[in-house]
Amino acid sequence: MSTTSYIGKPVNRVDGPAKVTGAAKYAAEFNVPHLAYGHIVSSSIAKGKITKIYADEILAIPGVLQVFSHENVPSLAWFDRSYKDDVAPGGSPFRPLQGNEVKYSMQPVALVVAETFELARYAAALLRIEYEVTKHDTDLETKRDDGFEPGRGKTGWVPPPKPRGNPDKELKNATHRVEGEYIHLAQHHNPMEMFASTVEFLGDKKLNIYDKTQGAFNSQQYVMKVFGLSKDEAHVVSQYTGGGFGSGLRPQYQLFMAVLAALELKRSVRVSMTRQQMFSMGHRPHTLQYVELGTNPDGSLAALHHHALHETSQFEDYTENVVNWSGMLYQCDNVKLTYQLAKIDVYTPQDMRAPGAATGSFALECAMDEMAYAAGIDPLEFRLRNYAERDQNLKREFSSKKLRECYHEGAAKFGWEKRNPEPRSMRDGDLLVGWGMATGVWDASIQKCAASATFTADGHLTVLSGTNDIGTGTYTIMTQIAAQTLGLPLEAVTFKLGDTNQPEAPLQGGSWTAASVGNAVKQVCDKLGEQLLKLAQKMEGSPLKGAAYEDVEFVNGQIRLNADINQAVVIRDILPASGKDKLEAENTMLPNPINQLKNSLHAHNAVFVEVKVDPELGTLHVTRVVNAVAAGRILNPKTARSQVLGSVVWGISMALMEESVMDHGFGRYMNHNYSEYHIPVSADIHDIDVIFVEEEDDKVNPLGIKGLGEVGLLGVAAAVANAAFHATGKRIRNLPVSIDKLLL
Amino acid sequence: MNTPTTQAALGQAAIAPPPPTSTVTLKINGVERHLQLAPWTSLLDALREYLDLTGTKKGCDHGQCGACTVLVDGKRINSCLTLAVMQEGADITTVEGLGTEDNLHPLQQAFVDHDAFQCGYCTPGQICSAVGLLTEGKAKTTAEIREMMSGNLCRCGAYTNIVSAIEEVLHSKNSELRR
Amino acid sequence: MNSFTYTRASGVEAAVREKAADNAVKFIAGGTNILDLMKENVERPSRLLDLNHLPLKAIEAAPDGGLRLGALATNADTAWHPEVQKRYPLLNQAILAGASPQLRNMATNGGNLFQRTRCYYFYDTATPCNKREPGSGCSAIGGYNRIHAILGTSEQCIATHPSDMCVALAALKATVRVSGQNGERTVKFENFHRLPGDAPEFDHTLAPDELVTAIDLPNEDFSQHFSYLKLRDRQSYAFALVSVAAALQLDGNTIKEARLALGGVAHKPWRDQQAEELLKGQPATEDTFRKAAAAVVSSARGYGHNTFKIELAKRAIVRALKQAAEGTQHASDIFTNSNP
Repeated sequence: MSTTSYIGKPVNRVDGPAKVTGAAKYAAEFNVPHLAYGHIVSSSIAKGKITKIYADEILAIPGVLQVFSHENVPSLAWFDRSYKDDVAPGGSPFRPLQGNEVKYSMQPVALVVAETFELARYAAALLRIEYEVTKHDTDLETKRDDGFEPGRGKTGWVPPPKPRGNPDKELKNATHRVEGEYIHLAQHHNPMEMFASTVEFLGDKKLNIYDKTQGAFNSQQYVMKVFGLSKDEAHVVSQYTGGGFGSGLRPQYQLFMAVLAALELKRSVRVSMTRQQMFSMGHRPHTLQYVELGTNPDGSLAALHHHALHETSQFEDYTENVVNWSGMLYQCDNVKLTYQLAKIDVYTPQDMRAPGAATGSFALECAMDEMAYAAGIDPLEFRLRNYAERDQNLKREFSSKKLRECYHEGAAKFGWEKRNPEPRSMRDGDLLVGWGMATGVWDASIQKCAASATFTADGHLTVLSGTNDIGTGTYTIMTQIAAQTLGLPLEAVTFKLGDTNQPEAPLQGGSWTAASVGNAVKQVCDKLGEQLLKLAQKMEGSPLKGAAYEDVEFVNGQIRLNADINQAVVIRDILPASGKDKLEAENTMLPNPINQLKNSLHAHNAVFVEVKVDPELGTLHVTRVVNAVAAGRILNPKTARSQVLGSVVWGISMALMEESVMDHGFGRYMNHNYSEYHIPVSADIHDIDVIFVEEEDDKVNPLGIKGLGEVGLLGVAAAVANAAFHATGKRIRNLPVSIDKLLL
Repeated sequence: MNTPTTQAALGQAAIAPPPPTSTVTLKINGVERHLQLAPWTSLLDALREYLDLTGTKKGCDHGQCGACTVLVDGKRINSCLTLAVMQEGADITTVEGLGTEDNLHPLQQAFVDHDAFQCGYCTPGQICSAVGLLTEGKAKTTAEIREMMSGNLCRCGAYTNIVSAIEEVLHSKNSELRR
Repeated sequence: MNSFTYTRASGVEAAVREKAADNAVKFIAGGTNILDLMKENVERPSRLLDLNHLPLKAIEAAPDGGLRLGALATNADTAWHPEVQKRYPLLNQAILAGASPQLRNMATNGGNLFQRTRCYYFYDTATPCNKREPGSGCSAIGGYNRIHAILGTSEQCIATHPSDMCVALAALKATVRVSGQNGERTVKFENFHRLPGDAPEFDHTLAPDELVTAIDLPNEDFSQHFSYLKLRDRQSYAFALVSVAAALQLDGNTIKEARLALGGVAHKPWRDQQAEELLKGQPATEDTFRKAAAAVVSSARGYGHNTFKIELAKRAIVRALKQAAEGTQHASDIFTNSNP
């Protein structure tokens, strides 16, 4: 029996003790000596020009060190490309404090630096700024005719495939047809930790930068390019990140400001955003969607049309895959997918958990429910009848697809067969009960990733890769993979991340981290294992002599022969015997291009939701959720379950609460705080069941990992809305499904 | 079309000098700490910026998230909405006072065992809040725990596991576990 | 946050004196609202006078047989006080419906009365607001007003009073005890808060030098038939869209005495005495409740986003009265009134 078999085991988080004791340090928590504090001043107007900044008035206050604004920022990088980060969309990235133009409300227009946090905050509130106001335009609803098809989008964006078949004709001829418009306003990520950077000034231009980010290397590249620093000068550290959800995929403006102030003042500086300022950055865009579906007499989908229009800023063309999923989730030969952007005076939207898919699946999956009702078919049966056996967008086979099993296992656990399809037919006392379901699909991606491993004579293995753990469990699963690969107990393995001095890892996003870093860790540990085997074979009387790497296994702290497990060498003994104090390996994992191009690589889920609605008051509670997920190999069912639990909470949140409401008179989000931008509290969350459907996949990547960060969220909002329809007979296509919409 | 406007969050009042500091004595985790503080320093900022007790988190600074929860005289409060000077003479417990990585408080251990967090940023506040909840002794059922833990937001959505962790400690036969 | 000095008040009289001498002095007790507003630069006191060490924490019998709630007793201590649970469970439930356990451990009874509105525009100094800057205009009228008032509004202001506790105090006909330079006086709860009219900068009717020392609950029994119903955008830790405090005394199925107050709908806790009169002497039936509800909202006006509150308030009143008549709510329960 192997005691060092960790992959697939519910191991406790290795960073757990640090997190529950407060020992884990986040970006704003490095109290370096002689620290100054910057406070950001946000514009009160949505559009115009700054005509005067009365910096002198507050510079007179003792302890106020400097006011940075467009008036005094030194000349920095000139070309747009210097400001482009790893996921920058097309256009010109926003350059903080460079130019007097105000492009959106709450734009950072000045940074006040002072000896203490409180003083900086005070002085920032005193700073008088004069503007010339020009008319802004922030309402996407007025831009329906101004949509345009984006040119080149950001990395990972794929334009919708060309129409296939004859969707217009087939929609006209369909036996049953539904159409509807689906709307949601902007939503903001709002991770618990507010964006912050602590920049430690080490003399000359040398900086230690503690940044809240989902990619230390992304922050480093940005700082290097904008400020003309070397890799050595811009050392970025991000060991703990208090939630990301996509918000940390691009460097946020506090990083620019903290670095600027540190370099200019030649001292250490911290800049933190306020919660209000967390609404002054990227967000899930306000999106209008139109879906039209038609069926044949046998209940198969005759045709599908999905159109999306969402906002972007005046300066960048943010893109996400909203409609593409609709061409691959169901078998359908007549499909038209269209996608447009419209420019308004807001900050550029940004990837937010399952970007595009969370949006698109809401519309598609509500429309599928409507279609099922129109065709008189059970919503689950309707989906099974239109099950896609292959990816019609890419015209490829799926590397694996256990969505059917998700449907069956999820439905069984939920008790779907007991559902009476008639709306308003099920009750619990005075409450209406509604059961709804929906489906989701997300890319199983992998990115190039480097890792290094060091085994020391004391028997300890240290593995490094400069990725992030935004709560995803990266620390833990990488420790498990490394320990199992080299047959070591977990306690003998340390995985370190979040430092640009480590081997380069991709951004923590897109659900690719487990696969990318995981396979990189596996490869580098194998490389180290080969070295260990060679040394073990040189040991006196080694039973492993002549064995190839494939002939041995690393288990229980030993290297042993597969053929005879009693023939073994204790791994701890190898270095002392060879007289070495350590062994090192470094490796860059490259995805297998053939597998990547030959197959369609995707994770799927099926969500079943129960809601209870008070018919008189319009209050709705999500009382039960079953989320069945097929996402390849599950490395750690404990942390994996947590990710899906969290995804369900996100879905409930999206369905029932979240919206950043803009007052178009001011062009400003008005509910810019945690009190009025609602996310669920504990009392909102009832029973959630997570099922991981077994899914082996040797094509997606060597470890068979598909990633879990996003897939669990898909379909949840639609399933809630569909359940609300089943409960009340009311079809709400405009999120959130709030009390006012259920009431009337 | 262009109209001028002036921004100044504090209005156009004459600029007052920053407030003077005085010595403030805070009893934190059983230890008296003497600080030079101005009255405008919140208890939360005193902990994080002046005492390097960064386990207590700032998630909103407006009493809307609970990340800054500490115990004052045994009762859970939001440390962002009280001034440090107001807490002179009080007995303050932060997450650092509950347990250490090698000797976790039962609730801390339960949070680890139940995976009651992801990013970890709301966690110290959740744990301090849960300590307060157990001391209050009002919440008994799952629904009551959910309600009485609703002053602590978790954006990762770890509520299910947070409630399980608290239930384990609440229902533990070993009263020592609920120290 | 502006620059201010801080002192601890040495006594009630001294506090009143200091406040009278300087209008820029603000009292601080729990701090949960004023510090929030100071961080938003909405409140800008040049001096904070800390009341926390005044001897006003007691909850004790009042001379008329009622209960006296010290101004500095916390909301939590008040809600869980045995006498409150036994005799004024409506107050217990209303307090527990508000804020969070942490905030209730800080917030005081006196402070609760002085809570300011949660209007988005009041809180955001980048926008005009008559309550914050008299004469600057009301941004909520014609703006985003989902959480705003439907009753007793004016052309100057449609903000709501955010308290839950005060809704119960209104229904229970509490009396506020006040100390000022001219000595002590009592204020009927219905006269404590005011409607915005053309001076929305004033939330209440106290003189600048006056200090709340206690809240008296009259010796009346609404412990059997009461309900606090709170409707909001999430299950907990959110302000009311509409809340209803209903309390009845029944003789068989006939309503002997009735109290009805609403939160989240007006600039003050909205007690409707006409509706109470409509209920009195009537059978405790849904039909009776509907008539009372219709009376309450007869003068309501919607401003667009908040128009749904008119219908919601109507239905909530009927439900709360029904619950009160049935006697389904209990003080020992943690408030989960709107849970399934």
